[in-house]
Amino acid sequence: MSGHTEHQEHTAHVVPISTYVGVFVVLLIGTALTTAVAYIDLGRWNTVVALVIAVTKMVFVILFFMHVKYNPGLTRIVIAGAFFWLGIMICFSMADELTRGWEYNPPGWSPGLILPYLFHFLF
Amino acid sequence: MSTAIADVHEAPAESRVNYLNATYGLKSWLLTLDHKRIALLYLGTITLTFVVGGLAAVLMRLNLIEPQGALVEPDTYNKLFSIHGIIMVFFFLVPSIPATLGNFLIPLMIGARDVAFPKLNLMSWYVFVTGAACVMYAVMTGGVDTGWTFYTPYSTSYAHTQVIAAAVGIFIAGFSSILTGLNFLVTIHKMRAPGMTWFRLPLFIWAMYATSLIFVLGTPVIAVTLLLLAAERLLHVGIFDPAIGGDPLLFQHLFWFYSHPAVYIMILPGMGVISELITAFSRKKIFGYSFVAFSSLGIAIISFVVWGHHMFVTGQSLYAGLVFSVLSFVVAIPSAVKVFNWTATLYKGSISYEAPMLYALGFIGLFTMGGLTGLFLASLATDVHLNGTYFIVAHFHYIMVGGAVMAYLGGIHYWWPKITGRLYPDLWARFAALIIFIGFNLTFFPQFMLGYLGMPRRYGIYPAEFQVLNVMSSAGASILAIGYVIPLIYFYWSWNYGPPAGPNPWGATGLEWTTASPPPTENFEQIPIVTEDAYNYPTADVASE
Amino acid sequence: MSDTALHHPNPTGFAHQFEDLEQQHEAGRLGMWIFLATEILFFGGMFTSYTIYRALHLPSFIIGSHLLEVKFGATNTVVLICSSLTMALAIRAAQTGKSKSTIIFYLILTMFLGALFLGLKLRFEWYHDYVEHIVPGFGFQYRPEWGSAAPGVQMFMCFYFFMTGLHALHMIVGLGVLAVLVGMSARGRFTSQYYVPLEISGLYWHFVDIVWIFLFPLLYLIGGRYSGGGH
Repeated sequence: MSGHTEHQEHTAHVVPISTYVGVFVVLLIGTALTTAVAYIDLGRWNTVVALVIAVTKMVFVILFFMHVKYNPGLTRIVIAGAFFWLGIMICFSMADELTRGWEYNPPGWSPGLILPYLFHFLF
Repeated sequence: MSTAIADVHEAPAESRVNYLNATYGLKSWLLTLDHKRIALLYLGTITLTFVVGGLAAVLMRLNLIEPQGALVEPDTYNKLFSIHGIIMVFFFLVPSIPATLGNFLIPLMIGARDVAFPKLNLMSWYVFVTGAACVMYAVMTGGVDTGWTFYTPYSTSYAHTQVIAAAVGIFIAGFSSILTGLNFLVTIHKMRAPGMTWFRLPLFIWAMYATSLIFVLGTPVIAVTLLLLAAERLLHVGIFDPAIGGDPLLFQHLFWFYSHPAVYIMILPGMGVISELITAFSRKKIFGYSFVAFSSLGIAIISFVVWGHHMFVTGQSLYAGLVFSVLSFVVAIPSAVKVFNWTATLYKGSISYEAPMLYALGFIGLFTMGGLTGLFLASLATDVHLNGTYFIVAHFHYIMVGGAVMAYLGGIHYWWPKITGRLYPDLWARFAALIIFIGFNLTFFPQFMLGYLGMPRRYGIYPAEFQVLNVMSSAGASILAIGYVIPLIYFYWSWNYGPPAGPNPWGATGLEWTTASPPPTENFEQIPIVTEDAYNYPTADVASE
Repeated sequence: MSDTALHHPNPTGFAHQFEDLEQQHEAGRLGMWIFLATEILFFGGMFTSYTIYRALHLPSFIIGSHLLEVKFGATNTVVLICSSLTMALAIRAAQTGKSKSTIIFYLILTMFLGALFLGLKLRFEWYHDYVEHIVPGFGFQYRPEWGSAAPGVQMFMCFYFFMTGLHALHMIVGLGVLAVLVGMSARGRFTSQYYVPLEISGLYWHFVDIVWIFLFPLLYLIGGRYSGGGH
């Protein structure tokens, strides 16, 4: 790489044991929390809470155990890209599966109504 | 490997040690870590797979000479088109340019000594060969008749052919793609020579980078999908099984999530080659470098959100269809940008018509036709009529054969002197290119007409009124086959008896042309320091360096 | 340099295609991260399918989820989190120049925890499920109390076994990698200058942990565990 010089690079950053243990405790708390919340009736929000906790745990593992906090740049783009692509796969597939039963026109509408509506809207 | 160089009146470069003669023996090739030798290993392998896939096509076209099928029973015909598709897609087109030209050229073009992970590179080849062997086993023990698309529930529940073996073979070969893509991405990011900034890279590298993104993001999905398919076939129950609430269309979503970007894997490297050929043989800087570079990335990215256009008529929701249709129109834009830029590059260029340029010019025309016909298919209403017909077959063959294969051949011819240190007879090469062009169009243009008139694809029999067009297509196929055989002959001759090429027989720009032909194992005596943009051709006259 | 696969003794593990050791290490890290990205997409195919079917067949998925025992899922989650800690400590030990027996200690601890995970799963979950006839393809039996949601319960169990099975396969590969690392440590390969294989294997191990972090709530905790069903 042009102008590349040798120097102590970022992963020479040694994470203190206390940080590791702290993250470990956070992960355990998260696990306990997610298990406990499952025994409380929050309706639809059970799933949301569970996923929020899971994502938080994942972020802690990525940032600290996997050193991404100390590894800015390309690594983060790779991770973000992978999740974004997974999101594309899930969202577009769901877009099909969940709209199979939809009516072709919303109730009360027909394509012939578009023109008068447009006129009304524009003028 | 012959090292006898007939006549050395140039600098002793040609008789020096190069990557071909540095070490001898089968083991030195089968255990090589040199990206150039690995490229040749791939070249040999995919030439063989091309022959197998081509044989299946020959049998299909012979069968289609008569409306009632001239050669095989319908069940056998089903196996032929399935094998043709599987082998041509997964074992020829996907690896073709990346594994051969990509492997050979990427380190040379960026000024590196090898790829980032040479052992992984060798392993990729072994994995590929294993996958190919698995599929050959499937072919020889009953074949596959599901089509290369493996749609459920036929593939999971009803087919009596070697579906699992074929799926496993493709699964294994997928890892070869993933590792190659990974290797290329890291190599391009981390191993460029001093001064080789992103915007000084040859456009072939941009194209290979974009292709590698697709390798890495898409291939794992087909891998897991085929795994699920094989599991369901084995266990007689699985996630695509309607009996337990499964949706066969889910298979199609997962399958096409990879397989649509896969078709861009098959064309993007070709586009990269064309950028190199057009500039070299117009002796002109590319028009709109950043547009071409970014359009490669654009194609790679947008390719991931259009897969539903393969499912317009299979039961997908209309609303999803609308979204996919619009996006499919959008994906044509970056491709068109490239065509415009290549054409603008040709304008007022100093054009010569060696064989690589003939392939490049053919590519531009045929790819454009294939791409435009894709728009008819992207449009929901016309796709209802054209889906499942020969129109589609013609569309993708114009791109895959008229585009990708011609780019591949153009690239092989262009870099042959660099790879082998020998020249090939250009007159024969131009003749072959012409035969290929004529044969190709005679084969596939009638298929547009057949499709529009309603002949379904994947059928071994057809109504009698389609016979004339079918016979034309089969006649074209035989001409095309001859066109493909001719290069085998003169390349064999060139390898053994061809006159030595210098480091830069074409007078082209690019780091690969600054080192000897064939290059030494370590690529460069000294790692170059790059100070110029790509395609820095002198604007005035023809003389170079 | 050699173009064969023969290994030259090389204390820093420097590979000739690179300019310097730092470039090599950065390349190794980037390579592993890209590999993990492919793994996200690989598991992602199953997560996508899971998401779709859960949306379409939620009652069946709730019944299926309640067939699993939370205590084993939670215990296994804790086991894996511990193993991630020990893995991080193994890398840190190498980074700070600790003795090779320290590194090996943490690696073996990680392996033990990984094996514990697999053992618990095999013995108390999968074997139990097999005996209860809720393993698809191996004598799955519908139960009358599932009513009309029964077919979807088998679908859920398909996902349970495919996803945890794929995860377990990755754990087994991880154990193999750890064994190789133990061997390398024993031969004194790792120093505070060169511990990249440990680091990138650690990335892989943490990734496998993260997959489980998601599998646990998504498979074991659907619809909640309070009486009265759920959403």
